[in-house]
Amino acid sequence: MSAIDIRNLTVWFGHGADRADAVRDVSFEVADGESFGLVGESGSGKSTILRAIAGLVPTWSGQMTVAGETLGPKRSKSFYRKVQMVFQDPYASLHPRHTVDRVLSEAMQLHGVRDIDTRIGRLLDDVGLGPGFRFRYPHQLSGGQRQRVAIARALACDPAIVLLDEPTSALDVSVQAEILNLLTDLRQEHKLTYVMVSHDLGVVGHLCERIGVMQEGRFVEVLSVEAMRRQQAEAPYTRHLLESSINSIR
Amino acid sequence: MTDDAPLLDVENLWVRFQTRTGVFDAVRGISFTLGRERLGIVGESGSGKSMTGRAVLRLIRPPGEIEADRLQIHGEDVLTASEKRMRQLRGGRVSMIMQDPKFSLNPVMTVGQQLVEALRAHEPVSRAEARKRALATLDEVAIRDPERVLNLYPHEVSGGMGQRIMIAMMLLPDPEILIADEPTSALDVSVQLQVLDIMDKLVRERGMGLMFISHDLNLVAKFCDRIVIMYAGRIVETCKASELRHARHPYTLGLLNSVPDLEHPRDRLEVLQRDPAWREAPSVSARQ
Ligand SMILES: Nc1ncnc2c1ncn2[C@@H]1O[C@H](COP(=O)(O)OP(=O)(O)OP(=O)(O)O)[C@@H](O)[C@H]1O
Ligand SMILES: Nc1ncnc2c1ncn2[C@@H]1O[C@H](COP(=O)(O)OP(=O)(O)OP(=O)(O)O)[C@@H](O)[C@H]1O
Ligand SMILES: [Mg+2]
Ligand SMILES: [Mg+2]
Repeated sequence: MSAIDIRNLTVWFGHGADRADAVRDVSFEVADGESFGLVGESGSGKSTILRAIAGLVPTWSGQMTVAGETLGPKRSKSFYRKVQMVFQDPYASLHPRHTVDRVLSEAMQLHGVRDIDTRIGRLLDDVGLGPGFRFRYPHQLSGGQRQRVAIARALACDPAIVLLDEPTSALDVSVQAEILNLLTDLRQEHKLTYVMVSHDLGVVGHLCERIGVMQEGRFVEVLSVEAMRRQQAEAPYTRHLLESSINSIR
Repeated sequence: MTDDAPLLDVENLWVRFQTRTGVFDAVRGISFTLGRERLGIVGESGSGKSMTGRAVLRLIRPPGEIEADRLQIHGEDVLTASEKRMRQLRGGRVSMIMQDPKFSLNPVMTVGQQLVEALRAHEPVSRAEARKRALATLDEVAIRDPERVLNLYPHEVSGGMGQRIMIAMMLLPDPEILIADEPTSALDVSVQLQVLDIMDKLVRERGMGLMFISHDLNLVAKFCDRIVIMYAGRIVETCKASELRHARHPYTLGLLNSVPDLEHPRDRLEVLQRDPAWREAPSVSARQ
């Protein structure tokens, strides 16, 4: 059974004449333990797909089956134990007046995790933040440090599926490497399934097996990373992306 | 002021925070100048890039403190300028694109209202004229359907759109110095190129000075003239952008090696092995 099965997903904002379709008739499947990448134009609907899966956008049509549940308008509590999301914007996703410790312990309490104290230490260690960060507030962290807290929170209750929206675009390359290695390890250890949005083809290529390429709300093509690497893209937009991709200088 | 004098002149800049556990130095005595050029500031997360950019505009919130032997914008002393004067400079002659675009946009005003106000705060133009220019600038930063976007609130735009809206807002008043903090980190590669093109034009055609803060070394190497590499609040190395591939410092090399590359896949990415000696080495001057 696949971890994620999306059929004919359309997501819109606004009503009547103001209605704007952000995602148009998108279908894809992600196997258990697979990593699926979403790339494409800014504003093409990548985040909206993840938000619709996570139950954050009520206006959608189509069928979504995720972690064995056929999704309706609401998500169950057990859904959020199995499916977690890391947001694109690390500022907005952390409560400004809660310490790192509180952010993580609340996530764990909510899902009945035990031995919270030791686990927080481990989690912080896993994402490369020492114990010194445990009682800091978001405004006392740099952009990258904040994103690491957001990743730690998503991993706090051992989810099966993690939806990652540009998880490393706010990070420097070294921390990005640490986080990508961490995501690779966690995936192996816990058989995690990922859907990852990124505009960096190097990043998607590193973590994912297959990639959906989006433009104006639609999938222009789904291809394997191998095909992308061999420059075997069919759609003109994908080729354009590959061409304008800035290659390593080394 | 002669015209070849630097736009920004910084000597021995410190940014300090009083914390519960003592004083934390986020920036530790760095020196650099900015001419009519593209100066890239790179370094790992937490190395003090944003604090350096913010210090120039005296945008460090208490309990943070700024100290410097010299901190001048086009010959004018920033440390002693009045708060009123600083407000005039910010968003006028000196613009800053903040690292977190959505956070710096006002959540209860539409994109259009904010653009119009930003422009009218610095120039006596009519609302209609300001709106026209706002539309044109959104178009310039490759926003599809700018008419629709003018009426959206910040939470209704995508990550990359938010970033381009901030860029549009900062470019409207035609600044002399632009401090851009990770301005393209949320943009797909083709939009990124367009945005870089706009900034590039301003540097070449209007002689703007650009301080380009980024953790993307490949991008900075291709786009900037000169690069400053920061570690733990200090400058560990500085070079011409075209010479980055010949960088010597193990930290810079470590950063270069940790970039994932579509064409050359690896099972594991290299991560930095930090040497405590890097912290202690004196800051390198990036004055010209
Ligand atoms: N709450 C909302 N109300 C109205 N429109 C919205 C809302 N959220 C998103 N949109 C619109 O939906 C479209 C897709 O946005 P989305 O955030 O999914 O793009 P994206 O592909 O993630 O882009 P980026 O790479 O820039 O983050 C955009 O045109 C955006 O303006
Ligand atoms: N209010 C504060 N109190 C204590 N330390 C702070 C405060 N604000 C920032 N810092 C620290 O200052 C250091 C420099 O932060 P800065 O935001 O300049 O980093 P950066 O180089 O821009 O990193 P990033 O690439 O992650 O944005 C960080 O270690 C950060 O934790
Ligand atoms: Mg997005
Ligand atoms: Mg920063």
